[in-house]
Amino acid sequence: MTAVGDVRRRRIDELAAKAGAIPEGDGGLSLTRSAIRRLRRDPVAIIGAVIVVVFLVVAAFAPLLAPKDPVTQYLLSEIRPGLIPGPQEGFPLGVDNLGRDLLSRLIYGSRQSLMIGVVSTVLGLVVGMTLGVLAGAFGGWVDTVVMRFVDIILSIPGLLMAITVSVLLGQNQYSLMIAIAVVQVPVFARLLRGSMLAQRGSDYAVAAQALGVKKGRIVFGHVLPNSLSPVIVQATLSLATAIIEAAALSFLGLGDPDIARPEWGAMLANAQDFLSVRPWLAIWPALCIIVVALGFTLLGERLREALDPKFRR
Amino acid sequence: MLRFIVQRLLQLIPILLGLFVLLFAWLRALPGGPAQAALGERATPEAIAQYNELFGLDEPLYVQYLRFLGRAVTLDFGNSTQYGRPVTEVFLERFPGTIELTLFAMIFAIGVGIPLGYFAARRHGSVFDSASVVGSLLGVAIPVFFLAYLLRLLFAVELGWLPGSGRQDVRIDATRITNFYVLDGLLTREWDAAFDAFLHLILPAIALGTIPLAIIVRITRASVLDVVNEDYVRTANAKGLAMATVRRRHIVRNALLPVSTTIGLQTGLLLSGAVLTETVFAFGGVGLALRDAITYRDFAVLQGFILLLAVVYVLVNLLVDISYGLLDPRVRVR
Amino acid sequence: MSAAGPLSGAPVLEVEELAVTFSRKGEAPVRAVDGVSFDVAPGETIGLVGESGCGKSVTSLAVMGLLPKRGVSVTGSVRFNGQELVGAGDSMLRRLRGADMAMVFQDPLSSLNPTVPIGTQVTEVLLEHREMDRKEASREAVVLLDKVGIPDPVRRLKEYPHQLSGGMRQRALIAMSLACSPRLLIADEPTTALDVTIQAQILELLKELVVDTGTALVMITHDLGVVAGLCDRVHVMYAGKIIESAERHELFARPRQPYTGGLLASVPRLDASRGTPLRPIRGSARDAIPWTQGCAFAPRCDNAQDDCLTEVSGEIVPLEYDGPGRELRCRHPLEYPQAPPGATALGAAR
Repeated sequence: MTAVGDVRRRRIDELAAKAGAIPEGDGGLSLTRSAIRRLRRDPVAIIGAVIVVVFLVVAAFAPLLAPKDPVTQYLLSEIRPGLIPGPQEGFPLGVDNLGRDLLSRLIYGSRQSLMIGVVSTVLGLVVGMTLGVLAGAFGGWVDTVVMRFVDIILSIPGLLMAITVSVLLGQNQYSLMIAIAVVQVPVFARLLRGSMLAQRGSDYAVAAQALGVKKGRIVFGHVLPNSLSPVIVQATLSLATAIIEAAALSFLGLGDPDIARPEWGAMLANAQDFLSVRPWLAIWPALCIIVVALGFTLLGERLREALDPKFRR
Repeated sequence: MLRFIVQRLLQLIPILLGLFVLLFAWLRALPGGPAQAALGERATPEAIAQYNELFGLDEPLYVQYLRFLGRAVTLDFGNSTQYGRPVTEVFLERFPGTIELTLFAMIFAIGVGIPLGYFAARRHGSVFDSASVVGSLLGVAIPVFFLAYLLRLLFAVELGWLPGSGRQDVRIDATRITNFYVLDGLLTREWDAAFDAFLHLILPAIALGTIPLAIIVRITRASVLDVVNEDYVRTANAKGLAMATVRRRHIVRNALLPVSTTIGLQTGLLLSGAVLTETVFAFGGVGLALRDAITYRDFAVLQGFILLLAVVYVLVNLLVDISYGLLDPRVRVR
Repeated sequence: MSAAGPLSGAPVLEVEELAVTFSRKGEAPVRAVDGVSFDVAPGETIGLVGESGCGKSVTSLAVMGLLPKRGVSVTGSVRFNGQELVGAGDSMLRRLRGADMAMVFQDPLSSLNPTVPIGTQVTEVLLEHREMDRKEASREAVVLLDKVGIPDPVRRLKEYPHQLSGGMRQRALIAMSLACSPRLLIADEPTTALDVTIQAQILELLKELVVDTGTALVMITHDLGVVAGLCDRVHVMYAGKIIESAERHELFARPRQPYTGGLLASVPRLDASRGTPLRPIRGSARDAIPWTQGCAFAPRCDNAQDDCLTEVSGEIVPLEYDGPGRELRCRHPLEYPQAPPGATALGAAR
């Protein structure tokens, strides 16, 4: 080997290390960590996250933030057919057809709407994932039975399925949540199963098998964790659809009849009758729904890209 | 190809059977059960008992199920308590309206969505592209019925440009042949009737088509962006083909594959959305009837309609599968 | 040399100081090809050799004008039959591509449109560049498929890419590229995605076609076996620059750049005595330093000295005359009192 000045040698290595350095952020980081890193630098994801966080804070501190009680009726003397008082002193957004403060109802409504979204999605997620894991982990006849069942639920268009469940369970907030959850179950089940099957066939799973790793360890230690990212993405997106779906059910008269719990969907549905009198009664809750749904959607879409190795550079 | 179709048809059987079980069980699980469903909510206990005996509802469940299945196969779902007529009759009368509406909504969504998505992708990163992305996100976030109300309020009530309710002006004395109002007008050469029915379709179709539109724009855009970077597009360019040929044969053709699947998946969304849209526009289709059935607890209509719509949905998806096989040779072979 | 038009004897392709820079918003621009020059004469086969990422594929895409326009800047000169292609209009490039200059790609499956029958993919070239109607074109397509050794060509016309084997697909791609008897064919790793036995067949096919038609062939590969079997001249690339050029036999007999030497030493050989260890090159292409700071190969080079660095020598290592027909970019090349034992064996494979 040729003699090389030690100092120079080191200098070359230094330069090489700099030139060949892997851009900061990747390499050696777990997929989740690097996904979060990328999300933090993504303005769209941040907008989505900020929207979601703001609404969560509003929901959590509703009693502190709301200027009035959401069910007390005010200004009743001023309400007559064809006239609903607009914004004025003490009522920044005016009152609804029953004289209740619109702003306070919107603030309190965030609690109920977000709760319906979260509970129904979590419910759908838990049941759907259980079915998906069963099908994906065991395969064979378990897979066939589970997937046939899922296909049957899927054969009824979403809202019709929700209507069916909701009619069966009667009108209350739990029925609403369950109805929406049922629609989500097949989505999660199929997604998880599909992604698990793909992972099971992948080289690393086959390699683990060849190394003699136990099947249960492969499925639950490797395949399942690696299959979760599409499910997480879908769950985020589902939060948006669940809230919209709840509004639709309310609109069809299948909402929560308890007036003590204002909810955007019900407010929107109720306001349709007064659209030509005061369209803002409908526009405000609709805006809340749209913005929250948008927040979850932005977050979900960006999460999808962040978790997808295809988009990684 | 034929084997592919037959195979898919056979796969439908267990799904349909399961579907029937589900809805059979559903009616039985309702408070009051099928007797109340048939007789209405104000039925006396005696009447219910009498009905149960008459229709063998005291027999074992599987016997009842088989009987239900037998009737369902002949499309007999009993009588509507609202209309006092067979459910199937009401369905057949209403369904053409919904088909017309969903068809126009889909034409709107595809006709606008695919070009929009394509151009957004070709001008990737431009203002137009960003606008289409934002628009498509908004389109999915808006509750359908709210959009329907807004459109109605603006274009029908305030501006008066388009009719805002019904399927046709009641003053038009149109001849009915198929119950597809536009088609009827064309068949009978009652042009004014056809045109009026068409005008009535515009707003509901736009409202109903917005979500599919948003989704189609997004999928088309993503798909074109993918395909443009495919090796075979580079090959096509390396062959010196005219840009138009590359675009048509190599980009659009392949980019539309995922779009076509999406279009099939939209059917369920459309049928769901139709319930809401028809309600807003008092558009006399299946959806409006379903809403009324919910309001008046007309369980026979609910059961029959949901079953029939589910069957329609499943069949449409089958058609989509088959057409996908026609489009993509790789699927056909399997 | 076959008669190939009025310019016979003159190079078909002249590449001069070609440079390609990719720039992406918010990131430092990357110079993938950095001042590459070479000529190809009619009937000649040259090899562009190097590890993945050395810029050889980008060079070929730049020659064909197939690089995306946005975020890519191409400078220097590419002359085809004396005609300047850098900065040429899209319509002119389209007229040349497929007709006068053609390309065969690495992965035949992804390079073929999955939804269009093979026949259409062959005939569309003919219909585009030659005065033919559909019937004539599909008759010609059968002839072409037959010529590249696809059995039962009439039936194959209606088949789709996924119905063909890997070797057949590559043959179909070659048929497409040869449809209009181009004067220049660029083959970008045409055998990498294929089985070893198929590789030999495809190479044999390319060689025959080139000999028959006098087409100039640019072979882009990382596989020295391919070079040994096919190429007249070889240009070795590293980190976007040509670091050694030589006639094939010369290169295999006396590699001068330590990188070339390393490449040859890391190929297993049948004639080496058993137990002779393979000598891989240290590190990977990722360890390159920018040419502005020194020889890009220095970090991996056993011969590296102080003056391999620009800050010591004061200039970027130049590509210089290194004997008849040879050029070299190295300050401390390998020296040969005589040829190392067996070094000619690979070169003599042809």
